[in-house]
Amino acid sequence: MSIKQLTVFVENRQGALVQITDLLAANHVDMRALSIADTQDFGILRLIVNDNDEALRVLQSGGFLVQATDVIAVKISDTPGKLSSALHALNVHGINVEYLYAFITRTARHAYVVLRVTDNDAASAVLEEAGFHMVSEEDIKKL
Amino acid sequence: MEERYYQKEIETMPYEQIRALQSEKLVKQVQHVWDNCPPYRKLMEEKGVTPADIKGIDDLHKLPFITKDTLRETYPYSMLAVPLSECVRIQSTSGTTGKRVIAYYTQNDVNLWEECCARAIVAAGGTKEDVVQVCYGYGLFTGGPGLNGGSHLVGSLTLPMSSGNTERQIQFMMDLKSTILCCTPSYAAYIGESLKEQGYKPEDNSLKAGIFGAEPWTEEMRHDIEASLGIKAYDIYGLTETSGPGVSFECSEQKGMHINEDHFVAEIIDPETGEVLPEGSKGELVFTSLDKEAFPLLRYRTRDICVLSRKPCSCGRTHVRMSKPMGRSDDMMIIRGVNVFPSQIEAVLLNEGYAPNYQIVVDRSKNNDTFDVYVELSPEQFTDTVSGITAREKALAGAIRTMLGIGPIVHLVAPKTIARSEGKAVRVIDKRKLHD
Repeated sequence: MSIKQLTVFVENRQGALVQITDLLAANHVDMRALSIADTQDFGILRLIVNDNDEALRVLQSGGFLVQATDVIAVKISDTPGKLSSALHALNVHGINVEYLYAFITRTARHAYVVLRVTDNDAASAVLEEAGFHMVSEEDIKKL
Repeated sequence: MEERYYQKEIETMPYEQIRALQSEKLVKQVQHVWDNCPPYRKLMEEKGVTPADIKGIDDLHKLPFITKDTLRETYPYSMLAVPLSECVRIQSTSGTTGKRVIAYYTQNDVNLWEECCARAIVAAGGTKEDVVQVCYGYGLFTGGPGLNGGSHLVGSLTLPMSSGNTERQIQFMMDLKSTILCCTPSYAAYIGESLKEQGYKPEDNSLKAGIFGAEPWTEEMRHDIEASLGIKAYDIYGLTETSGPGVSFECSEQKGMHINEDHFVAEIIDPETGEVLPEGSKGELVFTSLDKEAFPLLRYRTRDICVLSRKPCSCGRTHVRMSKPMGRSDDMMIIRGVNVFPSQIEAVLLNEGYAPNYQIVVDRSKNNDTFDVYVELSPEQFTDTVSGITAREKALAGAIRTMLGIGPIVHLVAPKTIARSEGKAVRVIDKRKLHD
């Protein structure tokens, strides 16, 4: 089970990021989670939003290089050691994590971890097998 | 110090005699291409000129020009004017496959080329007692083979180092007490800095002179190199098309490079109209070879902008002097001694699946050229990982290195971010100060 992440290429210049958040705000796109990877030359912004199609449309028409990327999200209880056990499960099965980021919500006592792995289906199966709940697009919308 | 020459009689020949010699040789060279090189004959016929029209040097202007494109169109055998069995060597420019220019040499062509280089070495003070360290590239590039051959003729001990591996260059330089260094000026500057970093003072090495060419350099750079190495730095000029380095070279006066006029006729033309300009005018340098057998050149447009001077020179040489090139009449850049055309970068981009939206930025840091290429990413090439993008940058830099022989730093950038002026993208930003 995978969900969509929006990946945006961000130039390394002042004001680049705020242009993106302004565009999303003006079009009432709600962000669930975000992470940014930066290098000396550029950044890669990763977003989980409530409305992928709309966000994709407004960013593309705003001239941004944006892509919908399949990632997986797993719900874990907000207690020490839980993330470790999820990562152990992936590690044991030889699944590589390219990157991950986590977020918590106001309502549930859970954390959500977004993972970019080499094989989404295999990783989902491994995590479910280990007793984790995989998060769907529907779940994201309801958060 | 008494001025020394490799071939005194020719190098100090009175101008009238040089002209007479040129006239005599030109008639023969024109007849040679007419008889033996069909592409030349066709060019001459198109211009309505036959060998009978060329009675001497005053008729030179009647001949058609040739350009790098003329030579590329006849790839791979260029404008070969002898049977291949008479050729003993090729050298080549860097360039796109199918677009590079291959220069062919008979044994006599090699001999005359090396003789020109020997004149340059002797003008820089070289004798058979010297140790000449050649760190121009060896191989298809003419720098290494040319100076190597010249050094042999002078009788100097020749160190065929080729380029790179600075540690080893310095080790040989110190252990074998090199006295003359031959390389690009930027590499000379780099060696100077490396020596300083290793704690050597300029007087610790045995060098007395350097012969530096293959790229533009300023008087300021000359002073830096002379100070850091404790030497006198001489300029040398040449093109693969004419044979290689040694077409012209500096003497102790260091005011322009004497063109070996017994082998080459130089003209300065208006690059727009092709009209021959009087002595002292700034314009495009055009060469005609007089003795070449395998690969003769009639009125070859170098695209280098220069000035010629016949003012008497204190060294006693009578051959005309050319200024350092002051620019180009085309878009070629020389980066780290390598000729680079933006079209070559564009060809690599298209080949690698990129749109040709790019910008080349060249600068000079500590006397070394920096070379950066900015390329706009397309949606298809965008990936969500940093490693994915840096891998693309490295792959593209590698492809450009394969094409040019020198590698840039590639920066992938967002679409439509490369500066455009009046709607047209600015392809090259050269921040170097190359001309005085």
